[in-house]
Amino acid sequence: MKLPLTLRRLMRRRIVMAAAAVLAIVAVMALAAPWVAGHDPNDTEVMARLQGPGAAHLLGTDELGRDLYARIVHGARYSLAIAALTATGAVLFGSLIGLVAGFFRRLDAPLMRVVDAMMALPDILLAIALVAILGATLVNVVLALVFVYTPRVARVVRASTLVVRELLFVEAVRALGVGTARILWRHILPNLMSPILVQLSFIFAYAILAEAGLSFLGVGVPPDIPTWGTMVAGSQQYAHQAFWVVLFPGLAIIVTALSLQLLGDGVRDLLDPRLKKSM
Amino acid sequence: MTMLPTIEPRGDARLSVRGLSARFATEEGSVCAVADVSFDLLPGRTMALVGESGSGKSVTSLSLMGLLPRSAHARVEGRALFRTRSGQLLDLLALDAPRLRALRGNELAMIFQEPMTSLNPVFTVGEQIAEGVRLHKGLGHAAALAHAKRMLELVEIPAAAQRLHEYPHQLSGGMRQRVMIALAMACDPSLLIADEPTTALDVTIQAQILELMQRLQRDSGMSILFITHNLGAVAHFAQDVAVMYAGRIVETAPVGQLFASPQHPYTQGLLRCLPGSERPHGAARPARLFAIRGQVSSPLAPPPGCAFAPRCDLAGADCDERVPPLLAIGPARQARCLRTPPLPR
Repeated sequence: MKLPLTLRRLMRRRIVMAAAAVLAIVAVMALAAPWVAGHDPNDTEVMARLQGPGAAHLLGTDELGRDLYARIVHGARYSLAIAALTATGAVLFGSLIGLVAGFFRRLDAPLMRVVDAMMALPDILLAIALVAILGATLVNVVLALVFVYTPRVARVVRASTLVVRELLFVEAVRALGVGTARILWRHILPNLMSPILVQLSFIFAYAILAEAGLSFLGVGVPPDIPTWGTMVAGSQQYAHQAFWVVLFPGLAIIVTALSLQLLGDGVRDLLDPRLKKSM
Repeated sequence: MTMLPTIEPRGDARLSVRGLSARFATEEGSVCAVADVSFDLLPGRTMALVGESGSGKSVTSLSLMGLLPRSAHARVEGRALFRTRSGQLLDLLALDAPRLRALRGNELAMIFQEPMTSLNPVFTVGEQIAEGVRLHKGLGHAAALAHAKRMLELVEIPAAAQRLHEYPHQLSGGMRQRVMIALAMACDPSLLIADEPTTALDVTIQAQILELMQRLQRDSGMSILFITHNLGAVAHFAQDVAVMYAGRIVETAPVGQLFASPQHPYTQGLLRCLPGSERPHGAARPARLFAIRGQVSSPLAPPPGCAFAPRCDLAGADCDERVPPLLAIGPARQARCLRTPPLPR
């Protein structure tokens, strides 16, 4: 069976392909963590603390003698899960708000002013404040990040809705007797899939960074849960004697976030008809 | 003399519009886009609504369909009695939203001017035709798709089974307009409103589309309200014509009579504007294309009397006193002009 044209075009861009491949590897390793890690991520081996990369410990050990590779692989599960939940939540709520604000003129101003107010606060500050209020648990970190990123999605989706709403086909389906809810859900939303997908991939990347940032600042996930952010945060004071304790989790963050951004760029270029010619 | 707006709607009409008017509130004040529009559309017949841009043709059709955007804050008045298949008389302008929705796409259908944008780009042609059928006829997915395929065959789209699964961007403009017609015809409507269905198409395709609509009309007996500014299409396609100017009907007539002896000065001017039309006095072909002098008056500040008076050669002081009534000037004709001799009693 032939792949859809969009997918085939996506494959043609090498950087996007490479980014997708990296993400696939990260995702597979995260899913298969118990089998590929080799060590228990929380096994402390005090005699072997702060060991450099070597045969026994592929990427070395941290200050408690925990295997870095195992922790990164297990941390991927948490980091990716947090980011995925955040991106999904933000896209769901943001799309809903944007769609309603863009379609119903009466609701536009009230909804968007709230969104503007939310966007007026710096992302990370808002997230810190929310986690500080709610308490530092995994669920609360996700909630705070969803709250932070929802307005971004809402803005983009609203802008796109304003364009699609004016297209004649909306009037044409209305002339077919289709109700408003169905027009929104079945006719307008599918036309917004490209900006929504792009937002999804970008927010996924932002959320990985933001979770790491929150953990680094000590208002993120509890330190006993291995995420890439808690790894960097927990080991930072040993960085001058054992650079690998922050380098490898840091690299994991950078590579994953960068790949997601590249993939998002690729999807956007692909779906934007004005940029199609340059491909 | 009979004034049409006050007479009762014709019992045999598919659609009887009486005193339809639509006002819009704008920043600069209230604008009357359509005023006192009345006409009868008989079953199986085509009535053309002719006029230049801004004359209120499209607002009339959108009012009838209940499709004026809510954000336009339109005030629509009058009556539009529509006789359903079951013989029920419904006032389209007074129906509540759910009942109107049940009629739209079912008994009332509409075709739009721009076939390029009136189809949803992310769904296949088949799915879009099927949607209306599923909605109004309660068919299942497979049955609706099968019906969609029959509709594509009905509008003479070659390789219908294959086209069914294609997206709008894969079709040409003419094909898309055929799809739009298939969409409109899917539930076998008794009234089709065609809002400039051929304007965006090139001339050969225009003729094909009009022929197709004519054939579908013969087969189904539906009435068509044909909105256009193309007088050539009117002559070939419609049986009755209503000429609109500045939101009002200024003349109605059977198509042959209108072209043979236009009565309202605006209609006369309009026909003389056609390239190649003969001048009334002698010269076979005018050296220059005729143009009606002046411009359409602003809808914000309409003339007190006849809207056409500022541009009319026959206008006198009495024309500015009040809006002339639409008067019967022949067995099936009316004109809104003080200078046109009315039908002797």
